[in-house]
Amino acid sequence: MGQYLAKRVLFAVGVLFVISIVVFTAVRMIPGDVCRIVLNTPDVTEAQCEAIRDELGLDEPLVTQYLSYMGGLLTGDWGTTLISKRSVWDEIKTRIPVTLELTLLATTFAFIIALPIGIISAVRQDSVIDYVLRVLSIGWLSIPSFWLGTMLIVFPAQWWGYTPPVGYVDLWEDPLKNLEQLYLPAISLGLALSASLARVTRSAMLEVLRQDYIRTSRAKGLGERLVILRHALRNAMIPVITLFGLQIGVLLGGTVVLESIFSLPGLGLLTFNAVTVKDYPQVQGLVLFFATVLVTVNLLVDLSYAWFDPRIRYA
Amino acid sequence: MLWRTARQKPLGAIAFLVCVLLILVAIGADVLAPQAPETVDPIKNPRLQAPSLDHPMGTDNLFRDIFSRIIVGSRISLGVGFTAVAIGTIIGTFLGLVSGYFRGWIDIFVSRLMEVVLGFPPLVLAIFFLSVFLPDRSYSLKSFMLFSLSIGIIIAPTTARIVRGSVLTIRNLQYIEAAESMGNTPTRIMLRHVLPNVVAPIIVIASIQIGNAILAEAALSFLSLGISDASRPSWGGMLQDMRPVWLEAWWTAVIPGLAISLAVLAFNLFGDALRDVLDPRLRQSS
Repeated sequence: MGQYLAKRVLFAVGVLFVISIVVFTAVRMIPGDVCRIVLNTPDVTEAQCEAIRDELGLDEPLVTQYLSYMGGLLTGDWGTTLISKRSVWDEIKTRIPVTLELTLLATTFAFIIALPIGIISAVRQDSVIDYVLRVLSIGWLSIPSFWLGTMLIVFPAQWWGYTPPVGYVDLWEDPLKNLEQLYLPAISLGLALSASLARVTRSAMLEVLRQDYIRTSRAKGLGERLVILRHALRNAMIPVITLFGLQIGVLLGGTVVLESIFSLPGLGLLTFNAVTVKDYPQVQGLVLFFATVLVTVNLLVDLSYAWFDPRIRYA
Repeated sequence: MLWRTARQKPLGAIAFLVCVLLILVAIGADVLAPQAPETVDPIKNPRLQAPSLDHPMGTDNLFRDIFSRIIVGSRISLGVGFTAVAIGTIIGTFLGLVSGYFRGWIDIFVSRLMEVVLGFPPLVLAIFFLSVFLPDRSYSLKSFMLFSLSIGIIIAPTTARIVRGSVLTIRNLQYIEAAESMGNTPTRIMLRHVLPNVVAPIIVIASIQIGNAILAEAALSFLSLGISDASRPSWGGMLQDMRPVWLEAWWTAVIPGLAISLAVLAFNLFGDALRDVLDPRLRQSS
């Protein structure tokens, strides 16, 4: 286990290292001059530009720039934003809780919906209910999350005059209001995920339910509930978790759209704003942050297989 | 044969007809749309009219006919979707073919490259790509291709993985060994002997990805990162344009999203049916 863990961590670090080089180089390939963006006017003097390039360290060789940037990343100095001159890391840090809460709620919602649907579909294979649930889940997959979000804003307002409170209050400050602000975006974000999870749960359950040990546990008189929930579901979880790992990136990307619809001040909205005003240090920091989160979570997902299936030992 | 398949997969057959219909609409958009999409006419199109006989999908906040804009919008939404899948499929097929055929360090290199691409949340990667390589978002052939490429990149790893897997099994068959011993070059073997045998999975995965590509286009256009403008609307962009009046006029929020969902649903169902018919083995892996 220790050796496997070390290998996986090293691999993840390697991937992140290459990602950081790609992002760093790409940002420096942007056509146009940085100083025009900073000064926000097309006519700037050469002397002004010189000063800005000097300040940003753009006249150093690329490798030196990269090394000092990486050194900064590791010590918490992610640079300053181009226009507002704030610390890139501080901007990111204050927005993590919003996005974290949104994605966790969406994930919880997705699993709460997906597991029962997948299980029922599998247990009642080829029945009417199975067919209906399958068609529904394909339909869900086709609904763009941002459109679902707009529907959830428009129709309650239309029918019942209900609009959720705009913006974001801290969870600890006012938990109820916080949840009221987040449940609609979380549902929008989680629905597509729940559809694909339900489909995998169904097929994984079907496979497991045919195995001998399930027949054995039924034969020894275990209740159907216990057979399905304890013996079948746990073994069917591996493909479900694999798919979930693959979908985390989609979930994170979806926050960009949903936070901008629901005006939630999270990482997604920050990304959208940074791209809109061409604040490249901020964009660079955010892209690297997202990649780090994704690679780390995927690593954790890989390691969680051992918990679901103790036969996996990572020798 | 066609008829039997359609009978077995009625849902897939209907989806296929809807797909064909959508493509025909996109091709004939100029003729089919009652007005030019950029027509601003307060007399003909009063502001925010609910759907009626004159305006089957209502009018928007800028005195334009939504029906015409939805029809013309299919061009960018489907056009970018198809181009993105074409680009992603070409890149993915090339990488999968090369890494599955040569194995060894090329395989390792390509796999690592894919790991790096998959290390980004897909939409974030596309946004980043667009902000770096497409800062000017006016419509041109170049921006159209770059926009499609940004979506093609996030599609390519899946294709590469599936092509590589198929190539690896074919690689060990005897006829490849025979072709090698006859002195064929690797390029020739890959193109003439390997590629034709992995066409089925490539077609299947491409058709499944069209829906995702349309969704990605809509999301990016919704974030105003697309290439649509007044005379070349896209469904995602329309949703954003009409955002200030969603609450006043429900159809402005409903209709573009409905168009996106319908198109994605049709391509998803068609892709699903195609997979079952052409390559049942893929059922597991995707």
